[in-house]
Amino acid sequence: MSIPENLQYTADHEWISLDGDVVTVGITNHAQEELTDIVFVELPEVGRECSEEEGIAVVESVKAASDIYAPLAGDIVEVNTDLEADPGLVNTDPHGKGWMFKMRVKDLSDIDSLMDSTAYTSHIGG
Amino acid sequence: MSDNVIKSSPLESLHVELGGKMVPFSGWNMPVQYTSNMDEHLAVREAVGIFDISHMGQFILRGDGAEEWLNGLLSNDLKKLAVGEAQYTFMLNEEGGVIDDLIAYRFGDDEIFLVVNASMIDEDFSWLCNQLDEGLELTNESNEWAGMAVQGPDSAARYEKLFPRRTLPKRNGIDVWEDDGVRYMVCNTGYTGEDGFELFVSVEQGISWFKLFVDSGAKPCGLGARDSLRLEVCYPLNGSDLSPKRTPIEAGLGFFCALEKPFIGRDALVRQKREGLKERLVGIKYIGRGAPPRAHYGVYSKSGNQIGYLTSGVFSPSLKEGIGMGYLPVEFANVGTEVDIDVRGRMFPAIVVKKPFYKKREFRHKSTSNF
Repeated sequence: MSIPENLQYTADHEWISLDGDVVTVGITNHAQEELTDIVFVELPEVGRECSEEEGIAVVESVKAASDIYAPLAGDIVEVNTDLEADPGLVNTDPHGKGWMFKMRVKDLSDIDSLMDSTAYTSHIGG
Repeated sequence: MSDNVIKSSPLESLHVELGGKMVPFSGWNMPVQYTSNMDEHLAVREAVGIFDISHMGQFILRGDGAEEWLNGLLSNDLKKLAVGEAQYTFMLNEEGGVIDDLIAYRFGDDEIFLVVNASMIDEDFSWLCNQLDEGLELTNESNEWAGMAVQGPDSAARYEKLFPRRTLPKRNGIDVWEDDGVRYMVCNTGYTGEDGFELFVSVEQGISWFKLFVDSGAKPCGLGARDSLRLEVCYPLNGSDLSPKRTPIEAGLGFFCALEKPFIGRDALVRQKREGLKERLVGIKYIGRGAPPRAHYGVYSKSGNQIGYLTSGVFSPSLKEGIGMGYLPVEFANVGTEVDIDVRGRMFPAIVVKKPFYKKREFRHKSTSNF
């Protein structure tokens, strides 16, 4: 699986897809490969107000728990409840059905601080 | 540990070649997984997997009166151990707390081989040396052996294939031989709850034997799978489920303590048995889905008081549910007691269950003995 060009990325291995002032957030294929065997995803509550880089979700593999950070400041507007029953979607379709939450971004100019696919590729040493 | 240098397994270059993710464990750089903790775990339950156990320590005790002396330092009774057999046993402190859990193998009347935990090699060795009787010889051979555990229902078939001229020793049995100047040691023991064996060869031979098993179909498995496999069958991990502050009686392992003979820690165990236990190591299973239980998570009563914490915890790959162990006050230790596990401030309902969580699948075969 590649690093899709239409997405933005953080150094913490999250991808961000922009639609108006709402972004969809998940973890990258690289991250799910590193974590492997995801067995539980703890999602934030809808309506939660988060600041940038605040830990708001947790992805757990058989062996370890990893924090997921808010890539930008904003409010959670939706979470992927399918992950409760099938956390493995993060492994099988990280950039699609394995999305985690959507947030309404406070300041759209923050988007500029994210990496594009080329920058992320070099970030993971690809 | 006597120093902070991370030791390398003699198989390290092979692990890297096989894609193993290396992590420091008990002072050793070891593979935590190759491809997937889950796949590796299930390979051992359903077929066969192979683990590097070169980090384990090996001591040999020789000399007149070796059995008599060692019997005073180990909880199980060496007198019951025949030549070519192994027994699980404990090294205890005066208070009955666990220094280490180990396996003793009898090579001869006065020759006993010990396999100890990696993190305890130095401590165990000095504990034994400091009390060693004159005339006995104790050697630490930990750096001379490479070790691998081949585990799973298909393990015996792999053994027959690679050692066609030898017979796999029976459960807890050991076979030692030399071929072309190379020493081999095979024990029918393991840490997974499946059939299997542990092979020790000289360090130089380690890579080629590990490779031969992998080429014959054994899946390379890391410490992650080793931990989830052993926890499903409730084998304790020293340093987590066992400690110098806990006795084997509290851990539910009194079966391996021969209280009718003298040994260090015995009096404390006898006293504890007489006075009754305050806490016991129990198996705890989630009721329904939840964030996987892990060591150090708090265990709470239904009325909201903390009653203990998990000493081990994992999402069970075989059962697909959260399992763990922990010491709980006896009034909460009965099977069926409902508790809560605190995961980052969120409570997940769980229940005390009978140990182990998982039992080996017994293969149905035609009986040949009913005539």
